[in-house]
Amino acid sequence: MSEEKPESSGNEPRGPKPRKISPARIGVYAFLIISAIFFTLPLWVMLMTSLKTMPEIRMGYLFNWPQEISFDAWVKAWDTACTGRDCNGLKPGFWNSVKITVPSTILSIVIAAINGYALSFWRFKGSNFFFGLLLFGAFVPYQVVIYPLIIAFREIGIFATLPGIIILHSIFGMPILTLLFRNFFGSLPMDLFKAARIDGAGFWQIFFWIMLPMSVPISIVAVILQVTGIWNDFLFGSVFAGRANMPMTVQLNNIVTTTTGIREYNVNMAATILSAAVPLVVYFVSGKWFVRGIAAGAVKG
Amino acid sequence: MAQRRKKKLGNLQAIIGSIPMISVAVGVYVICIIYSITLSFTSSRLFPKFNFVGLKQYERLWGSPRWQISVENIWLFGFLLIAFTLIVGYLLAVFMDQRIKQEGLFRTIFLYPFAMSLVVTGLVWQWVLDPNLGVQSAMANWGFEWFKFAPLVNPETAIYGVIIAGVWQGTGVTMAILLAGIRGIDEDIWKASKVDGIPAWRTYFSIVLPMMKGAVATAFVLQCVSVVRVYDLIVAITNGGPGIATQMPAVFVIEHISIRQNAGVGMAAATLMLLPIIILLGGRGIIQWRAAKIEKEYEKKMLQASAEVS
Repeated sequence: MSEEKPESSGNEPRGPKPRKISPARIGVYAFLIISAIFFTLPLWVMLMTSLKTMPEIRMGYLFNWPQEISFDAWVKAWDTACTGRDCNGLKPGFWNSVKITVPSTILSIVIAAINGYALSFWRFKGSNFFFGLLLFGAFVPYQVVIYPLIIAFREIGIFATLPGIIILHSIFGMPILTLLFRNFFGSLPMDLFKAARIDGAGFWQIFFWIMLPMSVPISIVAVILQVTGIWNDFLFGSVFAGRANMPMTVQLNNIVTTTTGIREYNVNMAATILSAAVPLVVYFVSGKWFVRGIAAGAVKG
Repeated sequence: MAQRRKKKLGNLQAIIGSIPMISVAVGVYVICIIYSITLSFTSSRLFPKFNFVGLKQYERLWGSPRWQISVENIWLFGFLLIAFTLIVGYLLAVFMDQRIKQEGLFRTIFLYPFAMSLVVTGLVWQWVLDPNLGVQSAMANWGFEWFKFAPLVNPETAIYGVIIAGVWQGTGVTMAILLAGIRGIDEDIWKASKVDGIPAWRTYFSIVLPMMKGAVATAFVLQCVSVVRVYDLIVAITNGGPGIATQMPAVFVIEHISIRQNAGVGMAAATLMLLPIIILLGGRGIIQWRAAKIEKEYEKKMLQASAEVS
């Protein structure tokens, strides 16, 4: 953080660059490297803190490499850390998150694929109007619709249940995913569809036999988008999942903000890394696909 | 005849397949919004009640310091977050465009915070900015005793700590979107500006930037939506504190429909949260409509001109 920045003034002699290493070049790299340090520091701090023992943490060398590496905090965070009276660590939260994320991802993608397919090839009266409403929904703050949804879910009897939270995630994933699939199917040649129609295939046949196999790449983008989004969700998990299905993010927050006893920062940081692990792995493995997912999700507008 | 009937049958299937979409579009984004707005004119507590009290809840809302601070905070947070993510994001994108060999590595580093949840972001920064064991103490231990940096514990500065965390999480995405915008600019523009002897930095700011309005608008809208929705970050990093110093409208609404059991006031706040989004969308709609109109006129002129020439 405190290292000297290589000075680069703006008034270099203009003209052809003498060699590859010019002051401007150094300036560019300096800016990028300093930014990179700012972006990596929190991850570094998290990792280091989680590997230290509490006495070492209390000495206050936040950025230092641990004197002796200890994985006790990780074990404790996973297995025995307490939220209130329950001392089961993060693992129930992890499994709850899996139970929520997997079906929500599948359900929301199937619905969105059908929507996008219908919007591209089977426009019916008003279909674009409903799509417009849905796109508007992508911008609506959740707080505006959350209370009526609580009431409605309670009436139906799925409030604070696993099916409830799965349906909720499918609802809120629908705007962006539908846009994603509509744009994808819209880019397919119409002749393909017409040929299938002439062969006598109907709505569902064309969908299952022609469109679905072709939409594997876009589905991968959608899976990345949904898995990271749903895994990282906190608001819906804390309101709609109920105590029995509390996802990992909610449990993490409870563990860290539990005020009873001494605060074990190493356990907290280990728990934080564990909660971030799944989306981070998805991110590092998927690489370019992740960026594509963001770009696709961001085109709303 | 048979063909037409089949088409109709297909349409029926399409409507059946679109039932989830239709019910969400109408049920959630029309009925729920109307329901929320209606409740903001009632004295509902924990459960909805339909005894109308006029604008009383709005009066109560604006009389509450908690809400006043929330509104102040969201403007400050929104303005600084959007300004920082856009400026830093663009600078990073420009620097990344300089044929950097390790571009992939840098991109990975700048973007990974976006893969993490806002809860994780909040908890990490709460720890990094801890007054006793965070950056401040580490710097003091290294001999920089004068270094004082613990914004989160002071009500005056807490919001800036939250902004740092927000910028850390959101800059990478902006960079990625803007970099895609820069790369989408025609190579000929660069050749032309080189021929004219315009320095590269001026080309980036005076020529390229105005040409990638779409990418900038996308990044801007993305950040706006995330600002209005900011909830998890606040709950994790300060839980609205110290005191009520970092309250936000989104937190205000959730607190009022749950622990404070005052849905009327909560829904009044939620209704007000919808306003900036409607203004934003309306503004965009008008701009697009005008752009389309100008383009049409331009086309018409071109057609006339070409007709005159021939």
